[in-house]
Amino acid sequence: MQPFYVEFLLVAFAIVMLLVEAFFIPPGKKSSLALIGVIFLTIIFFLENFVVSDTSSLAVGHWMERFYAQSPRALLFKNIAIVSSIFVLIMGWQFRGTLNKFTSTDNSDVHTGEFYCLPLFACVGMMWMASAVDFVSIFVSLELVTICFYVMVSYLRRNVGSLEAGVKYLILGALSTGILVYGIAWIYGAFGTTQIDQISAIVATQSELSIPALFGLSLCIIAISFKVGAVPMQLWIPDVYQGAPTPVTAFLSVASKASGFAIAITIFEPFLRFEKIQTVFLIIAGATLIYGNFAALAQHNFKRLLAYSSIAHAGFILIAMGYGNFGLVAFYLVTYLLMTFAAFFILNAIDGDEIESLNGLSSKSPFLALMLTITMCSMAGLPLTVGFYGKFLVFKEILNHSISIPLLIICFISVACGFYYYLKVIKAIYWKKPAEDSEVKANIFTRAIICLLVVSLIIFGFVPRALQYLTQF
Amino acid sequence: MVVLPVIIPLLAALLGLFNLPMRRIAKFALLLNFAISVCFAVIFIGCPLSVTDFSFKVLENPDIHLQFGLTGISCIMILLTSSVSLAAIFCKIPETLNPQQVRLWISSILLLSAGAMGAFLSTDLFFFYAFHELALIPTFLMIGMFGRGERTRIAWQTTIFLAVGSIILLAGVIGLGSIAGTYQIADLPYAIQEKLSSFEGDKLESLKCSLTWISGLLLVGYGTLVSLFPFHTWAAPAYASAPAPIAMLHAGVLKKFGLYGLIITGLNVMPEQFKPFLTVLTVLLLCNIIWVGLITINQRRLDEMLGYSSVMHMGYIFLALAAFIAFPESKIALSAAVLLMFGHGISIALSFYLTDIIERKTGTLEFNQLGGLAKSAPKLALLFGIAGMASIGLPGLANFAGEVMVFFAGFEGWDSTQSLGIIQWATIIALWGVVISAVYLLRAFKQTFHGSMNINTKNVLDLSLAEKLPAYFLSAILIAVGVYPKLLLQFINSL
Repeated sequence: MQPFYVEFLLVAFAIVMLLVEAFFIPPGKKSSLALIGVIFLTIIFFLENFVVSDTSSLAVGHWMERFYAQSPRALLFKNIAIVSSIFVLIMGWQFRGTLNKFTSTDNSDVHTGEFYCLPLFACVGMMWMASAVDFVSIFVSLELVTICFYVMVSYLRRNVGSLEAGVKYLILGALSTGILVYGIAWIYGAFGTTQIDQISAIVATQSELSIPALFGLSLCIIAISFKVGAVPMQLWIPDVYQGAPTPVTAFLSVASKASGFAIAITIFEPFLRFEKIQTVFLIIAGATLIYGNFAALAQHNFKRLLAYSSIAHAGFILIAMGYGNFGLVAFYLVTYLLMTFAAFFILNAIDGDEIESLNGLSSKSPFLALMLTITMCSMAGLPLTVGFYGKFLVFKEILNHSISIPLLIICFISVACGFYYYLKVIKAIYWKKPAEDSEVKANIFTRAIICLLVVSLIIFGFVPRALQYLTQF
Repeated sequence: MVVLPVIIPLLAALLGLFNLPMRRIAKFALLLNFAISVCFAVIFIGCPLSVTDFSFKVLENPDIHLQFGLTGISCIMILLTSSVSLAAIFCKIPETLNPQQVRLWISSILLLSAGAMGAFLSTDLFFFYAFHELALIPTFLMIGMFGRGERTRIAWQTTIFLAVGSIILLAGVIGLGSIAGTYQIADLPYAIQEKLSSFEGDKLESLKCSLTWISGLLLVGYGTLVSLFPFHTWAAPAYASAPAPIAMLHAGVLKKFGLYGLIITGLNVMPEQFKPFLTVLTVLLLCNIIWVGLITINQRRLDEMLGYSSVMHMGYIFLALAAFIAFPESKIALSAAVLLMFGHGISIALSFYLTDIIERKTGTLEFNQLGGLAKSAPKLALLFGIAGMASIGLPGLANFAGEVMVFFAGFEGWDSTQSLGIIQWATIIALWGVVISAVYLLRAFKQTFHGSMNINTKNVLDLSLAEKLPAYFLSAILIAVGVYPKLLLQFINSL
């Protein structure tokens, strides 16, 4: 079986889901589509890992060879995409109440069907991004993802916040797409090809990059910084994350970011040996860390806080990226996936998204309170949770290479800031009295998923080697 | 086996999630822990070898193991931890708390105890650091939820100080581990010495330079955790505000983590590299003793006075460490430090325990609203007297042996034909600190227990049996070690 058949199959599944939604699912049961989606994605997950796996590659001379390559790294990023999509569908199913409220006038679910189909299309795009080895396929798959997100972000059509987020994401996304195309054009001009392996062969013979190539690469860096949420294209993140439906926010902050890093690795792998490119990455990383952490200090909205924290985490990942340690990038992304989904599942279970709405959670639901506390500790990077190892290994990475004292200081300041704003959440949970008797809507299934994620945070906190083994390529 | 004292309180804390009789479970767990610690100590005396067990590889690169082991000095520290936690769990829980908050309260104590145990028993630099951080969140929550006074501000201040201190410490720890190429605490001295002897020329210079940087980071990091002047401003308000068990564990045990760490990961590894900081350290520790001592005299509340006094007494322990830096061949400097750490830990825990009882019985801790308690509650007065006298350093109580040894250590390396060195001068000045602590502790005792009774203290009942037992327990330890310091010193000789 050719590896790219899996993506084709997933497209087929997604189209089938759209048809099923239109013709077979009666109104009132649209949320059952989430279940179908989860089943489809689980099938894809098994096909990808056990039937295709990373060892099967395309036959030499196959027409798809120049666009697509299967590799252990691609497999890992595909798994991240598939697992996040599964989590997003489950979260979307829990989100159905809010979804119904803001898509129709009468709380019915007639307009919500596509919400459960779109993550599958986005997932295809992300999977293709992980495997893309040609600027053309990179661009096309990236657009597939971005267009799905345009729709999903503004899905709550009767909610001003969601529409505002949609417009912002559309404008800035279109801008970054334009920048990416322009960058690709310059790179094509400089190297005469859009295939990454040919470019890398040319680069290997050069001791200095030409100005057009540098210009093209800088434009690519800017476009990718939009995807991963790094300076200088980070401004959309807080507004869009806050306005978008919670499952979509989680999807954006994990899967979209991860696939951004996937293409960043593909494009920049041949170029990272140049000190100029490396320095650019490290400067961007430092700026991202400063921006994300300092802006997070003053936030009152939990979703916005998580948005800034996602910028901050992107900063740490970019350091690993800049030093060319792609294993660490993957490791950090997986720990980030676990923490972020745990946080968003809990956020999804409580009313409102202000930090104040967490007030007194410890008396309403001690279980969720403890889970959120551990999640926040992990995000802050407290030892004995997995969040610590990501940061610890990044510090070691800085120390191993030419030690950059300013970068190290920025890292330490960021971690110190992190303590403050993550502890703000813990403070709300335990110190404050609950405002009114707001309900905590977490059924046993949700609790099980949250528990699973949080327990994995602690287990991997003691056996990070297992996670390293899972994320090696 | 060695891992048991860490696991037991952790598991007990986890049970706090369920609706179980937590008080009984916690008391049982900590009693068991104390019994295990005593057993470990007895076994260790019989067979004084560093024991390690339960080695589990956590990371390949850097090579980190989850591994626990027993050394002489860690024996003393786990004895301290288990006795103070055992006493702390007997502190009365305020009756205004709802059952959920009671469970949180007990779980916090257990977590603090488990974290301290883990830090003292880890033989891996990484987990040594990691377990200490376990205390951060419970401290934050307990001060913020149940503290006195401006609890919100104090909780933030404490947490941010401790967090920043630990990050600076982390930088030092990672640097040390990377240079030594090992994270095994026991191997650090050899690894560093080997590096120092195998390098030469420019490489040796740059290695020495980075080791000096690391020493500085360790000194600032540990110094913040131990409340070395000028990083001490968090400590006194935090102890004054924290609920009694947290104050007991923090001032009594967790603070000693910093000193323990400084000894085993700093001074024991590379005493030479700390030499450049000797003058600064000496000045700072004198500030701890004299400056903070004078601030202590000026306090108007019993809890704040005790908080500052605990900051002040850290100066003596740092004096012992400074004496060791100045004269690394010293035989008694480190023993003095460890003995004083133990004595101070027990005596300050006893003081905070009794302060809590005084506050509950009289409703105030202001000196000018107290007085005459000795008439209504003679046993309370006696026990508080023991704790106070121990703090001053009266013979027959644990701190005395430690303080005397500190002063001897100050003159140990002194050639009597030469003029006095900086450590000798510091020791002479530090002796005045004893007068200062005598002034504030005796004054506090007089204002609290002597004089005429007033409305607050008139109808106070003396200690009940349940209140008495933990206090007797801690005072018995103080007296036993004071009368026979060899009880502890025999562990240290095999350091």
